[in-house]
Amino acid sequence: MNAGEALAASGVTVRAAGPGDAVAGASPRWVALPATTAEVAAVMGAAAEHGLAVVPVGGGTKLGWGDPPERCDLLLDTRRLNRVLEHAAGDLVVRAQAGVTMRALAGTLGTAGQELALDVPHEGATVGGTLAAATAGPRRLRYGTARDLLIGVTVVLADGTTARSGGKVVKNVAGYDLGKLFTGSLGTLGVVAEATFRLHPLPAARAWITADADAGTIGAVAALAGSQLEPSALEADLPGAGAPGTVAALFEGAAADERAKAAAELVGAGAPAAEPPAWWGRLPGEEFLLELRVLPAAVPGALEAVARAAEAADLRPRLRGSVASAVLHLALPADTPARAAEAFVPALRAALAAHGGRLVVWTAPREVAARLDRWGPAGAATLMGRVKERFDPGGRMSPGRLRSGR
Amino acid sequence: MTPALAELSGLLPSLLGPDAVITDPVRLRTYECDGLTYHRATPAIVVLPETAEQVAAVVTECVRTGTPFVARGSGTGLSGGALPRTDGVLIVTSRMRRVLSVDAGNRRAVVEPGVTNLAITEAARPYGYYYAPDPSSQQICSIGGNVAENSGGAHCLKYGFTVNHVLAVELVTPDGEIVWLDTMDPGYDLLGAFIGSEGTLGIATKIVVRLTRAPEVVTTLLAAFPDVESGGVAVSAIIAAGIVPAAIEMMDALAIEAAEAAVRCDYPAGAGAVLIVELDGPGAEVAGQFARVEAICRDSGAFELRVADDPDRRAAIWKGRRSAFAAVGRISPAYLVQDGVVPRTALPAVLAGIEELSARYGVRVANVFHAGDGNLHPLVLFDDREEGAGERAEQVSAEILDLCLAHGGSITGEHGVGVDKSRYMPKMFTAEDLDTMQLVRCAFDPRGLSNPGKIFPTPRLCGEAPGVRKGPHPLVASGEVDLF
Repeated sequence: MNAGEALAASGVTVRAAGPGDAVAGASPRWVALPATTAEVAAVMGAAAEHGLAVVPVGGGTKLGWGDPPERCDLLLDTRRLNRVLEHAAGDLVVRAQAGVTMRALAGTLGTAGQELALDVPHEGATVGGTLAAATAGPRRLRYGTARDLLIGVTVVLADGTTARSGGKVVKNVAGYDLGKLFTGSLGTLGVVAEATFRLHPLPAARAWITADADAGTIGAVAALAGSQLEPSALEADLPGAGAPGTVAALFEGAAADERAKAAAELVGAGAPAAEPPAWWGRLPGEEFLLELRVLPAAVPGALEAVARAAEAADLRPRLRGSVASAVLHLALPADTPARAAEAFVPALRAALAAHGGRLVVWTAPREVAARLDRWGPAGAATLMGRVKERFDPGGRMSPGRLRSGR
Repeated sequence: MTPALAELSGLLPSLLGPDAVITDPVRLRTYECDGLTYHRATPAIVVLPETAEQVAAVVTECVRTGTPFVARGSGTGLSGGALPRTDGVLIVTSRMRRVLSVDAGNRRAVVEPGVTNLAITEAARPYGYYYAPDPSSQQICSIGGNVAENSGGAHCLKYGFTVNHVLAVELVTPDGEIVWLDTMDPGYDLLGAFIGSEGTLGIATKIVVRLTRAPEVVTTLLAAFPDVESGGVAVSAIIAAGIVPAAIEMMDALAIEAAEAAVRCDYPAGAGAVLIVELDGPGAEVAGQFARVEAICRDSGAFELRVADDPDRRAAIWKGRRSAFAAVGRISPAYLVQDGVVPRTALPAVLAGIEELSARYGVRVANVFHAGDGNLHPLVLFDDREEGAGERAEQVSAEILDLCLAHGGSITGEHGVGVDKSRYMPKMFTAEDLDTMQLVRCAFDPRGLSNPGKIFPTPRLCGEAPGVRKGPHPLVASGEVDLF
């Protein structure tokens, strides 16, 4: 039996791949569309027997994120894993298949007055993709990120083994937390098949305040994190190139408006609004997208470092993100000259390192990407490599996607 | 003493200084158990390092000689996670007690592993901050132990656990290398996997914790109910109202009796259950929530309510709850503490099940629990002088965990698996689940020297091939369960 026959014999829907199925330039031969965890395991088992390289894909919103896969024989498409398996409203817990979109999940939970308090920048992103890329948005300040809200996970490994950790209770310390390990793994450790999250009640009200961005208002909004007003998010949008920027703060709760008014006085913002500014929670661009992380008090220094590096490379980046959690996204135009990018990224990374910071290149035009170190140094690089080696000794799961050779 | 241990006992004093190595049998006995006192083992050697480099040096020598090692903080753990090995080295962090920095501008502090949980809050308090996770033992338990166990506490309902409040860790790996795991790093969340690994993936030597702004207002309500059932109704109604209190705690009549005997907490007479609900946050929010909670408690049958919004009265309300574990010592010669978790909505059924078990075996069970997150701490009382009583208590304790698992819960919410519950792991997880967890262990600790024998019932060796087990979970495939 050849590989194609073996995949077909697994009983899972498998079709021949077309040109539209490529992931960042890597073209698969087959696309599998499992509908249950058992089907994921069956198709992974068949792929293992034939040494196929597998790339899991959800909504396809972040295919260009991270290094391109070095090989892709089989695309494991999770779109048919689209069921919310259990919403225990009284327990504030939901269990969903990996292919459920975050939007569909929000719809289901909203009818019970609940939400997964995780902002994602893409409309069509799935539960699995959100975990794999560890995306989060403005409200990370209040609720944390995917790894803080995930309480249980079912994964299928490269060899077809199905494993589960955590459970459906929020408080649980039995065994290692595989969910955390898979958060941010970009499909390199296995396939997330199901995930269980803790939920929050939808707040009775939300109120945003906004002000023009300058050094004073950025500092004042960031300082709200140290106030007792309990903001849910503190953000800035800095389009650069002479365009005016904006800072904004979100408050949630029955008294959101009252708290927002108190914050507005501290910041010098206008009256609270019930709707966010148009840029809220969206990425500043996706063709060439960088993520900066620094210590909270280093945000002003990081903004200066960006300005200096941009000026030296003659670039006009657009910045957006959290001024209190100190996670900012930086977008450059798709036609950024490779030489300028090559100067800008290492210079900025070095400057941020001086603030205890990190710089990741999520997406980049292909000819530019080939010349950049996307990830920079990490203290645990050796351990990460050893984890990858144990989980995927054949190097068949999204090979090369997280870091060359990993 | 084996040749390896004899060599280490000669060598380690030269690395750490003579007063940092204990081999005297009498002094070693101090370390023979942690908070779970019915498991005891005298370590071969105890070391008291002061720096990460010293910890790394000890681990390196253990690796070279193939000697197992166990880390220990204050020894307050309740699952035997710090139970020593008679053939190994116990690495005690009690001399690593410095708060290295409190950085209010970045809302974080850097501390050594032997610093107590409460000492972090005390160091942060002058800046208006505190460290949120608050296990009952916070006055003495070490932050290193909290990291190992992913400790919770009464307030994790709103604020989460240790893993949600640790931003980075400096770790001595089971290879003896010093490595930083940081939430800021891209890639696998190794920090998240390390926290709660019970000392099996290495030893934390510096910990960067998140500090939380002290809330504007804290209001604590004590509500007395005629029985546990009506208290449970109130808990469900509070959650259904979209309120997330900082804490919701419950005690049943027997637990109240014990607390009265021990600390005279003066809870309302005749209460079949008391509920402690703490709300915190901006004053405007707390005021509205408090009115709802008060009304819900009355509607659910509370016959007396007490309110505290100053520290003294709040301490009076918490006094009984905080003393509960120790207090049962007043009404029973011996007891077992259990730490099961159930979905909150299953609490009434599980409590009824515990009552039934108690009646069937003739064993008294006092219930103290974090009602908001379904974390039960049944205290199974027995007289250790009576023949067979300990076994009966063990049996009740085990069946309580079965009950928790049958309702989709967990065998441990915050005390950890340790040696105490490793035998229950196969009831909660399949062989595939446990084998997959072992992959993490093998990546960090291929020799299996870091706290061996904890968490996992019968770990495979790292080179061993797993059995061929593919496809769905056998119980799911047979239709017996959906998820458990």
